[in-house]
Amino acid sequence: MTTRFFGAPVKRNEDRKLLTGQALFIDDVELPGLLHAAFLRSQVAHAKIRGIDVSEVLKRPGVVAAYTAEDLGGYWRPGPLLVSPPPIPGIVFNERTHVPLAKEVIRCAGEPLAIVVAESRYIAEDALDDIVVDLEMLPAVVDLEKALKTGTAYVHDDLGNNVAAHVHQAKGDYAKAAAKAHLTLKRRFRYEHGISSPIETRGVVAQWDARAEHMTLWDTTQAPVFVRNVLAGALGLGEGQVRVIAPFVGGGFGPKIMMLYPEEATLPWIAMRLNRPVKWIEDRFEHFVATTQERGQIHDAEIALDKDGRILGVRDVFLHDNGAYNPYGLTVPINSQCTMLGPYVIPAYDSTFTSVFTNLPIVTPYRGAGRQHGVFVIERLLDLAAHALDIDRAEIRRRNFIPKDAFPYQNELIYQDFAPLQYDSGNYEPVLDKALKAIGYDNFIREEQPKLRAQGRCVGMGIACYVEGTGIGPYEGAKVQVRANGKVSVATGIGTQGQGHFTSFAQIVADQLGVDVTDVDIVTGDTDRFYWGAGTFASRGAVVAGNAVNEASLAVRKKALKLASDAFECSEDDLVFADGKVSIVGVPGKFIRLGDLAQRANPMRGAVKPGTEPGLESTQYFGPPSGATANGVHAMIVEIDPETFDLKVLKYVVVHDCGTVINPMIVEGQIHGGVAQGIGNAFYEKLSFDDQGQLLNASLADYLLPTALDVPRMELDHTVTPSPLNPLGIKGAGEAGAIPVGALFAQAIEDALELKRKSIELLEIPLSPSRVFELIREGER
Amino acid sequence: MQPDRHELALCVNGTPYQRTVEARMLLSDFLRHELRLAGTHVGCEHGVCGACTILIDGAPVRSCLMFAVQANGCELSTIEGLAAASGDLDPLQQAMHEHHGLQCGYCTPGILMTMTAFLKENPAPTEDEVREALSGNLCRCTGYQNIVDAVLAAAANLRAAAP
Repeated sequence: MTTRFFGAPVKRNEDRKLLTGQALFIDDVELPGLLHAAFLRSQVAHAKIRGIDVSEVLKRPGVVAAYTAEDLGGYWRPGPLLVSPPPIPGIVFNERTHVPLAKEVIRCAGEPLAIVVAESRYIAEDALDDIVVDLEMLPAVVDLEKALKTGTAYVHDDLGNNVAAHVHQAKGDYAKAAAKAHLTLKRRFRYEHGISSPIETRGVVAQWDARAEHMTLWDTTQAPVFVRNVLAGALGLGEGQVRVIAPFVGGGFGPKIMMLYPEEATLPWIAMRLNRPVKWIEDRFEHFVATTQERGQIHDAEIALDKDGRILGVRDVFLHDNGAYNPYGLTVPINSQCTMLGPYVIPAYDSTFTSVFTNLPIVTPYRGAGRQHGVFVIERLLDLAAHALDIDRAEIRRRNFIPKDAFPYQNELIYQDFAPLQYDSGNYEPVLDKALKAIGYDNFIREEQPKLRAQGRCVGMGIACYVEGTGIGPYEGAKVQVRANGKVSVATGIGTQGQGHFTSFAQIVADQLGVDVTDVDIVTGDTDRFYWGAGTFASRGAVVAGNAVNEASLAVRKKALKLASDAFECSEDDLVFADGKVSIVGVPGKFIRLGDLAQRANPMRGAVKPGTEPGLESTQYFGPPSGATANGVHAMIVEIDPETFDLKVLKYVVVHDCGTVINPMIVEGQIHGGVAQGIGNAFYEKLSFDDQGQLLNASLADYLLPTALDVPRMELDHTVTPSPLNPLGIKGAGEAGAIPVGALFAQAIEDALELKRKSIELLEIPLSPSRVFELIREGER
Repeated sequence: MQPDRHELALCVNGTPYQRTVEARMLLSDFLRHELRLAGTHVGCEHGVCGACTILIDGAPVRSCLMFAVQANGCELSTIEGLAAASGDLDPLQQAMHEHHGLQCGYCTPGILMTMTAFLKENPAPTEDEVREALSGNLCRCTGYQNIVDAVLAAAANLRAAAP
């Protein structure tokens, strides 16, 4: 294979549609007779429902129907459970999955109570005011620690406690490690992660064709194949009767994998009952409570080290806020638990978590998916240890790195993909070295920082490392087909939300078949174009679907070689692919176009040999045995105003290793965006709930997303350690940018304000200027 | 209640339109669902994200914060009118493509319209000025760096092409 495109910063095929306003997003779907749905959402977090009266609603002109949980009859059912609990011995998992509309009990503010369907969205929203709701208020469970005490309210009464899950995983013997330690340090850490807030909210359009008995669902999902399967089952239809289309989706970041959201479950049911298409588009205020989010964990963590700063062991006990239901199983806390091990040799690790039901919106993975929490804890522990042992903070990390000849490295725990946590490959020191060089580490510490401090300026540096398990199974597939006009069409089952799949996958195909990237047309997220697959999550699109595209392209290449060698009566070894043609090496005039080969592979007359498949096409699948482990180092220099605690990033460096890179331009874009979300997480973004479970900052005027003034210019570099787990050597990159940013901020702010001198430690995220002010004031008392 | 309806005449990308609309219909909804010019996107409907930005008589305006009737008699420009009739991308669109200034592309139309007006006002901006002008448009994918680079490149290209 010649690699003209693979590895090159090829400009994106999908840009033109997006730049000219011609891309189809969910709210652009317009259908004859389209109705509009609006959801009445609970204003309170915890209550018994005495009654919901929708009779007035139907009197309003333009209203077509109104439904409560009772109206759904046998269609009302909880679920599904998207991810079952991993096979960990002794695991406790109390499955309580979400419901389409609250029935009897409301378990979080924002939970839908009723649906109004009307001729316009304006009328549907007006009519929500006509619904009369009679509730018996219950105390809300909000605080993680109080939730586990006796005498508290229960989110799920039948459970008799608020434990969603309890998991213990260990390697080595921590007690023995701690007994021989030179130093042990124990701290309490709090890490909050917020809401994904893609600029396009969620939306659903359902169309039922009664004559054809066929359902079409346009849906902003990251996992169209699974939505189809679950929905078909719920509606009593065969999978072939349901088509799910994820059109252009305006950002996903995790919560758009969750299913079936109440809107996904109910709109198709309504479309069938009314035999008219129905649309629902989430508004931004709804998004804060109706779309899943991440939130906080509280870690009590201890590290044991020898006198040289080598880690002997880590013990951690943490609480995870699960929200009102647990449809996504344990992915987020398991990621926290496993990712805490980082790039380090940790001979003994003992980790226990309790996942806690609260009367708050459901927690499911959001970019990083719990990894931030784990990275924050281990990186902060190392910072504390470095200070206590008077070791340079870069040096203590280097001393603990897993050596490059130790891969594959067995970390023994069970990871989110149910496989033992084994790092496939890695080489961590060069990544650290590059980052230190790029940030000017030695110069900053020896010269620049003392000089600026002497001028009264508060400047500090942060450096943080991480590994990220990416590209997990089970599998993806792709169909590659050469059309008679010589263009190539590719279909795969994953959805796409801006990751550039229309280009990166085309690069793979273009090299295998000797065509131009612009001659490859990629379809993602349409279950009628590709039937099988899992979805876009866990930084796996390029790894798993990319390799499936490669396998299918290879199979088509083989077919083309066979056909062309038959036509030319020559050896396959004498043939080359270029410019959309297969030609004989050294005889450029002797060629046949790929499109002509495709036509020959579909003859109108004559006999074919037994076993012949028509067409120049192939469908292939790829499933890795386990996830590929990416890694990186972020470094940052900040300056803080000592009066206002306003923070300015003076320099930001990312060095990462995501294996073989298909398109460096796209990967860099993913890193930029990840860091921006990490900065939001580290600095601004906190979902503030009061003690009754009310979200106090549910608007973009109150919950601040980083703007162009807040995200600094980033310097990027990378190293390449290919993954041995897939033929292309790819590791995922989607989440990496976001993961270590919290740890980096805490360290840099401490350094800038010289907080160690005052024995003030920053052990929580986010660290807004006002929170830093509070912590310093508390610390100075 | 029978909502009051109003006659409305305006021009979008040079094409005149006449419609009767409810007083409360948002301009963003009018463009998207009445005129089927769906390239203008709605991200927050409370004037923060900037995705719905269009130009009214040349000035950038959030179409979710205006009623359609308020645009009566105005000249509107939307994303659909930015590229040349030949289909060639305009210099800002082209620069966004060259610099990978978009990922999911949802915020892109609003950013293009905001920056189109900005570059008319300030043809030779500094990076800080671009960031300031861009700060009213939220993008959750790109981290802004490539958008900033695209705008600076477009400004340079526009200056070079100016007579």
